[in-house]
Order: sequence, then C-alpha cells, then structure tokens
Amino acid sequence: MNDLAGLFLRATFVENMPLTLFLGLCTFLALSRRTETAIGLGVAMIGVMGVTVPLNQIVHSALLAPGAWAWAGLPDLDLSYLSLVAFIGVIAATVQLLEMLLERFFPAIHAAFGVFLPLLTVQCAILAGSLFMVERSYTLTQSAVFGLGSGTGFALAVIMLAAVRRRLAYADLPAGLRGLGITFVLTGMMALGFAAFAQMVAP
Amino acid sequence: MTAPSPLWSTLTDPLVRQNPIMLQILGICSALAVTTSLATALTMAASLTAVLVLSAGIISLIRRHIPDSIRLIVQIVIVASLVIVIDQLLQAYLFEISRKLSVFVSLITTNCLVLGRTESYARLNPPLPSMLDALGNGLGYSLVLAVLGGLRELFGAGKLLGWQVLPLADQGGWFTPLNLMLLAPSAFFLLGGLVWALRTIRPEQAEPAEFTPPALGEGAE
Repeated sequence: MNDLAGLFLRATFVENMPLTLFLGLCTFLALSRRTETAIGLGVAMIGVMGVTVPLNQIVHSALLAPGAWAWAGLPDLDLSYLSLVAFIGVIAATVQLLEMLLERFFPAIHAAFGVFLPLLTVQCAILAGSLFMVERSYTLTQSAVFGLGSGTGFALAVIMLAAVRRRLAYADLPAGLRGLGITFVLTGMMALGFAAFAQMVAP
Repeated sequence: MTAPSPLWSTLTDPLVRQNPIMLQILGICSALAVTTSLATALTMAASLTAVLVLSAGIISLIRRHIPDSIRLIVQIVIVASLVIVIDQLLQAYLFEISRKLSVFVSLITTNCLVLGRTESYARLNPPLPSMLDALGNGLGYSLVLAVLGGLRELFGAGKLLGWQVLPLADQGGWFTPLNLMLLAPSAFFLLGGLVWALRTIRPEQAEPAEFTPPALGEGAE
C-alpha cells in the first residue's frame, strides 16, 4: 500500500510529465491560454491515462510479451516490436469510446472538452505512459496507479501554468517575448521548482 | 526580383520563416528531451526527418484512397510502422545512442509535427511537393535541435560531439561546466531565448498583445 502511494506521488511530482520529462508539451503549451480549457484538458488527461495504461499493460502481458503465447505452443514468439502499433490502437480506441460515451450520457462535459478529446490520441505523454510501463515492467495495479499519478501531475502543471499566464496577459512584455517566448521561460521556472521535488525522494 | 519557384519556397519556407518549432509549436516534446548532447540531437533530427519525408510520400500517394472518417488511424499506423523500422535500425547500428534516446524514438509516432504535416499538407497535395514540404519541415526542426544540442553540450560539459572544446577547470583549464545546462529547465530557457531572438529579428512573427491598457491621461478627469 505504501509503495503504491509512493508510486503515485513519484509519478505526480518527481517525474512530472511536462515539466521534467518534456512529454506532452504541444498540448501543454497550446491549451494553457485559459484556465477553463486547462482544467478540461487536465481532467481528460487523468481519465485517459488512468484507463489506457492498465489496458495496455493487459494487452502487453497477455499478447505481446516474450512467452505470452506459450499456452498455444509458441514459447519463443516475441511480439514486443508490435507494441507501438498496439498501444496507439488501444489509445485511439479508448479516446474514441470515451468521446462517444460522454457525448451520449454527459453532453455538457463533452461540450466543455470540445476538440481536446480527439487530440489526446496523439498526445506524447499518454503513449509515453504506456511505454514507461513496459520499460519498468509494472504490474496491473502499479500501472493503474502510475497512469492516474501521471495524469494528475499533468493536470496540476497545466492548470498552474494557465493561472500564471492569465496574470501575464496584463504584463508589458517585449514584443518578441510575447506569447510563446514567455511561456517557455515560465515553464522553465516551474521546471526549476519541480526539480526540487527530486531531492525530496527518499532513496 | 523574380519570385522564387513554388517548389523552392515549399522547401525553404519552414527553415526560418515558418519554422515548425518556433512558430507553429509543433513537435516540441522531443526537441527538448534529447538535446543534452549534440550527437543525440542530430540522431533524433535525422530519424524524425526520415520518418516525416517517407510518411508524407506514402500518405500523399494513397491520399485518394483513404476514407475521410478513418484517416487519422490510417496515418498513425503508417507513421508507427515507419518508426518501428527506424527504431530497429538504430538499435542495430547505433546501439549506444539508441539507448540514450530510450522511448523518444518511439514517441516520434505521436510527434505533432509528423501528423500535423501529413494532415494539413500531404493529404491534399501530390507526392513531390509533399515530400519537399516534409523535408523542409524536418530540416527546420533539425536546425533548432542542432542549435539547442550544441549550446547545451558546449556550456554543460565543454564538449562538442564528445570532443573537449573548452578546457575544464578541474583538468587545468579555465572552464567550469554549468550543470544547469544539462537539466530540464535550461532547455526551456534556451528555447524561450531563441524564440525571442528570432522574433526580434523578424517582428512580423510576434504575437499581438492579449490586452491593451487603456490610454491614460487623455480621458482622465
């Protein structure tokens, strides 16, 4: 139990997807202009990552890992080179399914998400979550916790950045730094802050 | 002055004027994570350019046969297959570098730059211009990656491509490496500075202010 809590905190703070691993930056920067959209994106990220990472863990351990087909008389079969295509397929299907379900049962939430939901298919952070899961060979429970933690970390970072950018709208910046430039500098400062969490982890 | 031929400007526009990273915010994810040294940055840039050009060519060839409703999935599968090939090639011939790049080669699949170009250009144009456009974008991306990788390796370790360029202080030289350069935040600062410099040279790229303060003095009572 304690391990799982540690894993969650680690995925949220120490290995924060956008700020320390540079993952999912495209959406992170593009959708942090307004706080409302940032919250929508954050919630979508938590949901999608919490579902896809454990799903991919099942797919990987049941179909792709070396020796997974031993029961069918093929103990040497190693399909792990297919994992990329399989993971992308699972993610695309999950996002599509989630969108249909929301549209059918919660139209208000669906309208709030707008175009972000389909965009999440090509989110580097989501795919990276699944790839890290394979690299570190998490179990099913661990991967669920890891997915939720990473999603929470992303949501936290994007909402914080949106809040700061909202204040910055009234600042008098040099013309060249406006928009993208200052956002990079801001993200760098937030990354400095998150780098401090790395020191707090007990070895 | 004669207007440059359209093919030529398709190739050269994305280098500086329409740089994919600086202006369109595409493909940043990988741009920052792999630039701690010039060698990894160049490998990444070459892999991305190869995937980009090939996927643009293939998708443009079959563009009339892809049903509109499932085009994203078709495109992603093509890109993912190309990425797997590149990944296997890297593991076979450049194992050291491919281990440093870890998951980032696989993440080319979800690089917004690749999908952005195939979706907005290759899907609508014949193969030759599509591949030129992809090559231009790939080179623009490579340019930024090379600059970032070079700066970070030079100031972070005093090296370029593994060669000691600046003599280190603890080996009798004068240069003390800036460890911050090898950490995550410096990549953001450098890229921010690069964007600032580019937009100062080309003011037409600057974004309009989100909020204009009301003029003081005139209407005040």
